[in-house]
Amino acid sequence: MTVIAPYRSELIAGSDGFTQLVRAEWTKFRTVRGWVIGTIVAGLLIVGIGALTGSGSQCSVADVTPQNPNPPLQACPPPPSGPGGEWVTDSFYLVRQPLAGRGSITVRLTSLTGLYSASGALPEGPNPTAGMTRGVQPWSKGGIIIKASTAPGSAYAAMMVTGGHGVRMQWDFTHDTPGLAGDVSAASPRWLRLTRSGDVISGYDSADGAHWTLVGTATLTGLPRVAQAGLFAAAPGYSVTTTSLGGGSMTGGPTLATATLDRVSLRGAWPAGRWTGAAIQGSSFTAPTLPPSVQGFTQTAGRFTVSGSGDIAPLDRSSGQTVEKTLAGTFAGLIVVVVIGVMFITAEHRRGMIRTTFAASPRRGRVLAAKAVVLGAVTFAAGLVAVAVTIPVGVHLLRANGNPVFPVTALTMTRIVAGTAALLAVASVLALAVGTLLRRSAVAVAAVIAGLVLPYVLAIIPGVLPAGAGQWLVRVTPAAAFAVQQSLPAYPQVAADYTPANGYFPLAPWSGFAVLCGWAALALAFAAFALRRRDV
Amino acid sequence: MNGLPAVTGSASWWAGPRDAVHAEWTKLRTLPGTGALLLAAAALTAAVSALAAGTATCPAAGCQLDPAKVSLTGVDLGQAIVAIVAVTAVSGEYSTGMIRLTLTATPRRWRVLAAKAAVSGAATLAAGAAAVLASVLAGGLLLARHGITPAHGFEALSLGHGPVLRAAAGSVLYLVLIALLGLGVAAAVRDSAVAIGVVLGLLYLFPIIANVVGDQAWQRHLDQIGPMTAGQYIQATTNLRSLPLTPWQGLAVLAAWAAGALLAGGLLLRFRDA
Repeated sequence: MTVIAPYRSELIAGSDGFTQLVRAEWTKFRTVRGWVIGTIVAGLLIVGIGALTGSGSQCSVADVTPQNPNPPLQACPPPPSGPGGEWVTDSFYLVRQPLAGRGSITVRLTSLTGLYSASGALPEGPNPTAGMTRGVQPWSKGGIIIKASTAPGSAYAAMMVTGGHGVRMQWDFTHDTPGLAGDVSAASPRWLRLTRSGDVISGYDSADGAHWTLVGTATLTGLPRVAQAGLFAAAPGYSVTTTSLGGGSMTGGPTLATATLDRVSLRGAWPAGRWTGAAIQGSSFTAPTLPPSVQGFTQTAGRFTVSGSGDIAPLDRSSGQTVEKTLAGTFAGLIVVVVIGVMFITAEHRRGMIRTTFAASPRRGRVLAAKAVVLGAVTFAAGLVAVAVTIPVGVHLLRANGNPVFPVTALTMTRIVAGTAALLAVASVLALAVGTLLRRSAVAVAAVIAGLVLPYVLAIIPGVLPAGAGQWLVRVTPAAAFAVQQSLPAYPQVAADYTPANGYFPLAPWSGFAVLCGWAALALAFAAFALRRRDV
Repeated sequence: MNGLPAVTGSASWWAGPRDAVHAEWTKLRTLPGTGALLLAAAALTAAVSALAAGTATCPAAGCQLDPAKVSLTGVDLGQAIVAIVAVTAVSGEYSTGMIRLTLTATPRRWRVLAAKAAVSGAATLAAGAAAVLASVLAGGLLLARHGITPAHGFEALSLGHGPVLRAAAGSVLYLVLIALLGLGVAAAVRDSAVAIGVVLGLLYLFPIIANVVGDQAWQRHLDQIGPMTAGQYIQATTNLRSLPLTPWQGLAVLAAWAAGALLAGGLLLRFRDA
């Protein structure tokens, strides 16, 4: 009896390890001409729209004088920079004396009042405060300050009473620590003290002048021996935003704060012995201040009233152009990337290729993982190149058109570039997963675009959604990931338009990105489950 | 003979315009998912509109809220679903090879496209009317709860009020035009994923780019030519003078986009192999 051996192919059995799967998926991707062209088109759209927005934004000023009524247009000047390099507004009224070396200043603040223009009209004429309404802004401030010099943007530390946020210690524009809460009045005054030792400044507050509490300690690096110290008042512009279809409009204007202080006591090295007042003017055109003629101070029998306008704060996005403005093309690139991501799986179903794929590798979850890895890596690489080209080109065009562009640190720039590329990559994986789940490409593409792009559109177009709903949309939908492009942080101690329409997202950059990753992971899990359960 | 109907004229067994429409209606009706998608379009439109109206608030200082516009917010999402229905009506045939059968039965390709436009348009009209009606009713109820009523100086939100009726009827037409735009794009590019990507890109990109371009004149031009931005001027009932176009001019811009897409799609369908 002869034993017939079963037929075995002469070929060595192929392996279906993960590396082979990735290689197979990469071969599929690079040999479909439409997908390669699509990826290139996505990159070109990002660069092209970036260049378009860069050349479509102009900023110019002219210094009109009676001698020269038609001066040439010049690029808009950049605002002053704070000690940390960030752009700031530094406008207030300062009543000062030099402080040479160690010393302290203690005052009692008995009232903080204010004026603003209820109609939003800019005050004019010889007496601009005549038509203004009484009322103090929540972040109007008055108190004591120690500042490196009178130059706008120089280092400072201040103890202040605010219109609606109690006593605060603030220093170097971005730092803020709360002290005693509650409003100030003659019956309930606030005592403030600043002590200087070298370049360390400590702020104290007290409700009775006897029991003192340390509010904060600031180290002002490089504070000169002779610093300027004294009393100050500042009032940020107020704004009422009205939105309507076709454009939002902001009415508002400068305000004035008046602080009443007494029991001024100085210890240490105060060589001048008398007070001088000056309006510090370091503001940009978007930070409204009243003219210096309205600001000022009076001194009668140890009692001071100081009236000031403007703010001591980091500037918000509306005062210039930002790096991420050049990345508007991300949305166009995103749509292309989503189409490719969906097709990467639905095309296999349509052509029947999926049966060959699963015959070669019956472990379907691993096939999906290999697809996700290839798609994510290709999209990340393409996105990285596109963004790395777009930002320098766009920023150069913005600057060439006279726009001051907000400075960003290298770390923030890295986060924006890598984060945008990662956003595109994760979005493509989300599209792949949704395509696997739904199988119908039109529905899958529309679903992903509606989840990623539509919430952003609804949140930024003025007058479409109420502000609360817009914030909510860019918090829970995949569109939250665009927070990764936000270059300027929002400061809770600054009165500014911190809305998605102005480029501020409710979530921190990487938290917003994590929301998209969560959606992608969820969709992938469901897709892997559905892939195993369903017939092909 | 052997059971076949007698052929009397050389062309009479070709589908006429009515037959073509009837065939398209049968395809759309029996395709799995069409009904569900149209129902979803209506339901989601009404739901998003109700959500927007339910969260609308007005600060004490006053605001220029447009009640009709707010209560029609859902159209922004509904248009995406309407576009899916229209796109799949064409590209679905290409993915299954059905298009060859369709063009064999109706060799006049413009007639096929016209029949598809008529059927998709009519289906969208029905779903859109239901969606807009539900949105306006929900908006009226919810906005009144937040004190956004004529008593507080806002426009009345009732279909008896001329501008509101124009906004509502215009929104239905807007959805029909979006469907026609989708149909034209799909006839031109054939693949459903690419077609829906192109349509949604055309709709959503204009407002985003307009938002980042600093120049006011550029912004205005982008808003004037964007199919979504211009088309939705039909929903405005307040502050009409601040719009870059009148409401009907805006809808005409969208109609031009739809006509252009249909023309391009029709020409490609006519002169390209199926």
